[in-house]
Amino acid sequence: MADDATQIATQAVPELAVGEPMVKAEQVWKSFGKLDVLKGIDFEVMPQQTYVLLGPSGGGKSTLLRCINHLEKINAGKLWVAGELMGYRQRGDVLHEMKSRDVARQRSTIGMVFQRFNLFPHMTAIQNVMESPIRVQHVPHKVADKEAEDLLRRVGLGEKLDTYPAQLSGGQQQRVAIARALAMKPKLMLFDEPTSALDPELVGEVLDVMKQLARDGMTMVVVTHEIGFAKEVADGVALMDGGVIVEKGPPQEVLVNPKEDRTKLFLSKVLA
Amino acid sequence: MATQDQSLSAGAGLPAPAEARPEAIKAIPVRHWGRWISAVVVIYLVVALMYSFIKSPNVDWATVGNFLFKPLVLHGVLLTIELTFVCMVVGAIGGTVLAVMRLSDNPVLSTIAWAYIWFFRGTPVYVQIILWGNIGVLWTRFYAGLPFTGLALGSTSSGHLVNNLFVVAVLALGLNEAAYAAELVRAGIISVDAGQTEAASSLGMSPTLIMRRIVLPQAMRVIIPTMGNETISMLKTTSLLAVLGGGVELFGRLQIVYSQTFQVIPLLVVACIWYLAITTVLTIGQVYLERYFGKGFGQKEAEAAEKRAGRRAARAHG
Repeated sequence: MADDATQIATQAVPELAVGEPMVKAEQVWKSFGKLDVLKGIDFEVMPQQTYVLLGPSGGGKSTLLRCINHLEKINAGKLWVAGELMGYRQRGDVLHEMKSRDVARQRSTIGMVFQRFNLFPHMTAIQNVMESPIRVQHVPHKVADKEAEDLLRRVGLGEKLDTYPAQLSGGQQQRVAIARALAMKPKLMLFDEPTSALDPELVGEVLDVMKQLARDGMTMVVVTHEIGFAKEVADGVALMDGGVIVEKGPPQEVLVNPKEDRTKLFLSKVLA
Repeated sequence: MATQDQSLSAGAGLPAPAEARPEAIKAIPVRHWGRWISAVVVIYLVVALMYSFIKSPNVDWATVGNFLFKPLVLHGVLLTIELTFVCMVVGAIGGTVLAVMRLSDNPVLSTIAWAYIWFFRGTPVYVQIILWGNIGVLWTRFYAGLPFTGLALGSTSSGHLVNNLFVVAVLALGLNEAAYAAELVRAGIISVDAGQTEAASSLGMSPTLIMRRIVLPQAMRVIIPTMGNETISMLKTTSLLAVLGGGVELFGRLQIVYSQTFQVIPLLVVACIWYLAITTVLTIGQVYLERYFGKGFGQKEAEAAEKRAGRRAARAHG
């Protein structure tokens, strides 16, 4: 516990068999009305890995992320998190839709960070972080208060505990949002373009927190346009376009020596 | 001094050098002659109107003063306030339940709420008051049991209900208000960003918890001002209860008096004075309520946060 002070999150130890992926998608399809947004996605994220989804807007990255914690229901295929099928229970060959209470229980172990922060504006920073542990996990108030304070200190907001979101900068709000997600001690963190709504000068402070999390061994799936972040911390990268994964692999391959023309085109535009 | 303070706050600790500030513009402002003339005309007309009202022998201010603080009237004022309060509580709770039902995924609940709102908004409140007053004619007994089976745990004569005019009044106005409040609460709920619900569900909160802890508190900010209006409106609507007789509120009592003494105008003036007085108090109260539910949205919050931080520091040291 010597490095406890530098470690941002204390996470629930994944109860996974060795070699079993934290996230597994098998032929996942999703459509909104007649529009197919995901067309047969296959991918896996191993525990403690950071997986980055890249690609042009409208390519299905965010939708895939939202399917992982069942904010969107998939139309076909299967999606597992930590070995559990998301949103459904399988009995024999029959799938049963889960009750909202059970879906909520599944989601409580998956942290999510949004592009627009989505902090609760009527609560202070520390109240935002404490709310879910107290109400969902029934952590005693004092314990939750202490843990929330620690988390906010670790994301560099020890001075802003009692501040309302409206008085925080975008970068500070996003760090509160990360602390809020971590307070549930998630097995997996999903980031949906966490720096896209930030002023350029504030991007760094959020990325630093995310890099630290990755180094601490948190399993992360990140939708981002920050190629530098992907190069630095990603274990796997996938480029999505038109609802399919065009190319995936380690960042050194996909980002440095891409095989597909689509990937080359995307990278040339992003890095230009 | 004032300019110095401004430059300090605007420049964030970098006050501009004093000699660099140019002299403020001195110019003769535009004269708004039209405003002056129209003001004189309006004041002239208002004074004339007031004079004819105050000096009118038909108002009889002695009678107004006589009745203004009579126990009969004061009790009526109290009853009116009580009725307004109780009906608004019934309306607000009923309205919130109806709004949540209306927005529910459950088609049964949403249809029931729709039908309720349809009926109570679709019929005049005056008719509803008279209907509730005559409910004993429609149903002579109320049963607790299973309909069509003949099973009844007990029953009571509807007279028990109808004879208590206060209960009739609360039923009539409270149930009517619930229908209107439902639409206001629904608008408030819809105004809360969908991202809030998503963030809360991603934290594992159940739909009920999200509604109670995240959505409704934020919806309040939109609902409270409109509910304040509803309360003021309810205060005045209670006067319709005069039709029930029995003097369950202020206006009903005054009406009973002036139908016997024929001091119509003075007593109507008494009614107006009291309604205006209560409305004024309610308006002031509304300002404070809005401030409370604006939590996290105003500049005042910075100060409140500082205070809280101070208390936290004091706890940590103590």
